[in-house]
Amino acid sequence: MSAASGTVGSTQRAPADALVAWARRNGWVLCLLVLLGALFVFTKMINPGYGVTGLQGFAISVLPLAMAAVAQAICVIGGGIDLSVGSMMALTSVVAATQMKGQGEEFGVVVVVGVLLLGLVLGAVNGSVIVLTRVPDIVVTLAMAFVWGGSALVILASPTAGSAQWLKDLVLGSLVSEWIPKAAVLLLVIVAVVWIPLRRTRLGLSIYAIGSNQLAAFRSGVSVGRTKVAAYSLTGLFAALGGLSLTASTGIGNPVPGPYTLLSVAAVVLGGVSLAGGRGGVFGPIIGVLILVLIQNDLAFLSLDPNLSLVTQGLILIGVVMFGSLIQWRQGRR
Amino acid sequence: MTAIATDLLLEATGVAKTYGAVVALKSASLAVRPGEVHALMGANGAGKSTLVKILTGAVRPDSGRIMVRGRERTAHSPAEARAGGLVSVYQEPSLIPDLDIRSNLRLTDTPIDAFRHWLDELALPDLDLSSMARRVPLASLRIIDLARALAIEPEVLMLDEMTAALPANLTERVLEVIGRQRGGDRSVIFISHRMIEIAAVCDRATVLREGETVGVVDVTEGSEERIVELMLGQFVDATPAVDGERSARVRRGADQVPRFAARGLSFESKLDDVSFELYPGEVLGVVALEGQGQDELFDILSGSERPSGGELLLDGAPVTFGHPADAIRAGVVYVAADRAEALLMQRSVAENIALPGRARMRRWGLIDLGAERKVVAGAVAKLQIEARAGGEVRRLSGGNQQKVTIARWVAGGVQTMLCFDPTRGIDIGTKTQIYVLLRELAAAGAAVLLYTSELKEVQLACDRAIVIFGGRVVAEIDAADADEPTLLRAAYNLRSDAVLPEAVAAEVVAEEAAAAAEVEAEQASAPTTLPAEPDPTGNEPVTDDDR
Repeated sequence: MSAASGTVGSTQRAPADALVAWARRNGWVLCLLVLLGALFVFTKMINPGYGVTGLQGFAISVLPLAMAAVAQAICVIGGGIDLSVGSMMALTSVVAATQMKGQGEEFGVVVVVGVLLLGLVLGAVNGSVIVLTRVPDIVVTLAMAFVWGGSALVILASPTAGSAQWLKDLVLGSLVSEWIPKAAVLLLVIVAVVWIPLRRTRLGLSIYAIGSNQLAAFRSGVSVGRTKVAAYSLTGLFAALGGLSLTASTGIGNPVPGPYTLLSVAAVVLGGVSLAGGRGGVFGPIIGVLILVLIQNDLAFLSLDPNLSLVTQGLILIGVVMFGSLIQWRQGRR
Repeated sequence: MTAIATDLLLEATGVAKTYGAVVALKSASLAVRPGEVHALMGANGAGKSTLVKILTGAVRPDSGRIMVRGRERTAHSPAEARAGGLVSVYQEPSLIPDLDIRSNLRLTDTPIDAFRHWLDELALPDLDLSSMARRVPLASLRIIDLARALAIEPEVLMLDEMTAALPANLTERVLEVIGRQRGGDRSVIFISHRMIEIAAVCDRATVLREGETVGVVDVTEGSEERIVELMLGQFVDATPAVDGERSARVRRGADQVPRFAARGLSFESKLDDVSFELYPGEVLGVVALEGQGQDELFDILSGSERPSGGELLLDGAPVTFGHPADAIRAGVVYVAADRAEALLMQRSVAENIALPGRARMRRWGLIDLGAERKVVAGAVAKLQIEARAGGEVRRLSGGNQQKVTIARWVAGGVQTMLCFDPTRGIDIGTKTQIYVLLRELAAAGAAVLLYTSELKEVQLACDRAIVIFGGRVVAEIDAADADEPTLLRAAYNLRSDAVLPEAVAAEVVAEEAAAAAEVEAEQASAPTTLPAEPDPTGNEPVTDDDR
């Protein structure tokens, strides 16, 4: 499907037309929202006790994965793929935990800023290696996944507690109404601050351009190499945000955090980002994450065998994406 | 040398470029005066496109110097060249398919008002800037490309076969706009294979042959001969060779069964009640303007699409093709205009020829490599494929690539061959070889269906031709009567006494002139043209969604 947030406001058309056009462009994201709504209803049906607590727990558990999905979406839009997202999250998470452990609250701010910069650097290294060696993205990031993951284990061999209290407070609890989890607000604020302005800059356009057609982008005057490094740096930044949210939500640094890389790819695909690059946005993948995790929770609540639950998730992923392609194909034929 | 004050706007001297073993440019020079429209001409693989890519910074030359207004300039990227006033419109659109038009304009910092102005000038005023580039028709994309380049007001605008994919009315508009650039301070470098266009808008022409500048000609009345002579070198007398073959035509008897016939074919809104018979031993031409349903017709005949109505008869018996493999098994083989659709670009000539299985000798399920090699070698020799450039097909020139697509069928013996504009973008020498080959196939009893966008090919290679207009067969013309005005009238569905519109008349002359001047530029392999950046691998097909 097309871009998640319309690139350009249609100033010349009537508002109603613009709305229709916007809905058409974001059709896939809207479909996903409907699916998510249905899933919430289903959750409430099987578990009438699902309420504020459930929602808050959901938001906190989803946050790291949502960051990972945004991270993955950015480099996939740019025509790449990053298999080191999970390892970068691990590395940033353990760096944050070890540095903050036993330190004051104020020093935590320095650590957080430092870790975000670290994320940018890790991503820039990924991107630079890809551009300079011309080794395919998937190979480089797979290799770097070992490098970053190994480094995380060198720094911290086993999960250790360590997080500034303010950082935990940033994601735990709720804001204004108890129905609005802080974690969700934080996610939206970060995406709004980083991604939405970015989309409107030349860099944002260039990322879409190199993902869509590298030759055309090159001829349009885009520096393909530099844009690629920038895209991977942003991926690193969001991976670091993911690592920090891991530390913040659990209070510990975990060198082996879980299958975030593959889940982020799944969320990106589910979220309507073309793996061929150039199409999609970051909101689709975020909703994709919510759907994946909610399904997981529901299956757990139904006390389905966890292994069978994995099988089910896989089948649902294929089913949803197939459904999406079918809709697109039918639209195309008309 | 020092920078000499000169009245030249652009001067390139001694430009050379090799890709591995392939010499794309040996020593090219080009001098463009301010305010002139300068034609860059040359046969297939003469190096025109490489020179343009070097001028616009897309490719770095091995040697040579480029001066703009007397100062030496070396552009390392299109962005730098653009800043220096050199902008090119390439053969294929360079808009990003997944961005809307407005974002594409922002990507190149194009002023929107100026862009709008040029769109109006180019007769495309109703463009919706928020439409995705991949949803815009090809011809409009070319116009957008041109308007975008004009809006930047470059000192030198380079147009690389800009008009090739345009319908006649848009071509006329483009030529008008380019013509108006003359006499000012800026210049245009114009590459086209249509001599009439060169004559209409160009002041001078630089002719390249085999990577060298072989002459600069003032474009005046009668200069075409001189240009063609320079361009073709030893190929000059290659064209008439086909005429002798045509006497060998087999006149069919009334009771003969057609090899392949269509009866009342229809396909969505594109085809309506199309019927024709293709007899063994003949080459049947298909003539149509762009988009009259010929693409769909060939898709159906070759088994890629199923008709929504009507039937196909093979040797008198009804057949249905669910897949191209069915057609191939039935002896109906297809040669496409776009080589990239037919070839495995990264595999060898031999593998490409052997691929469809017709040349593949099987014994107990194993491929008999020895026999295969013999068949392939035979086909390569028969078609005189110039395979010295190396193993991979993508390193061959366009003409040789097309020969490979034909060779793969010839290798196994041909019963029915469908050719869709097989000579598009191929140099004149190879074209002639293809005409001769098609006549030979027919003489050996094969049935050949030949769609051609070049009307003169009908008399060169066909026995008769059918004309399609608006999805219907509107005329059947014997080759003897199929001169270009007749075919064109029929293609526009005009009665033979009707007066041709001026644009159409110009086309007729254009096609005649193009006889000698057919050129194609993309010679060496595309992926090697990006030395400064990673290989462009993400080119995805643009058209699939638009069906």
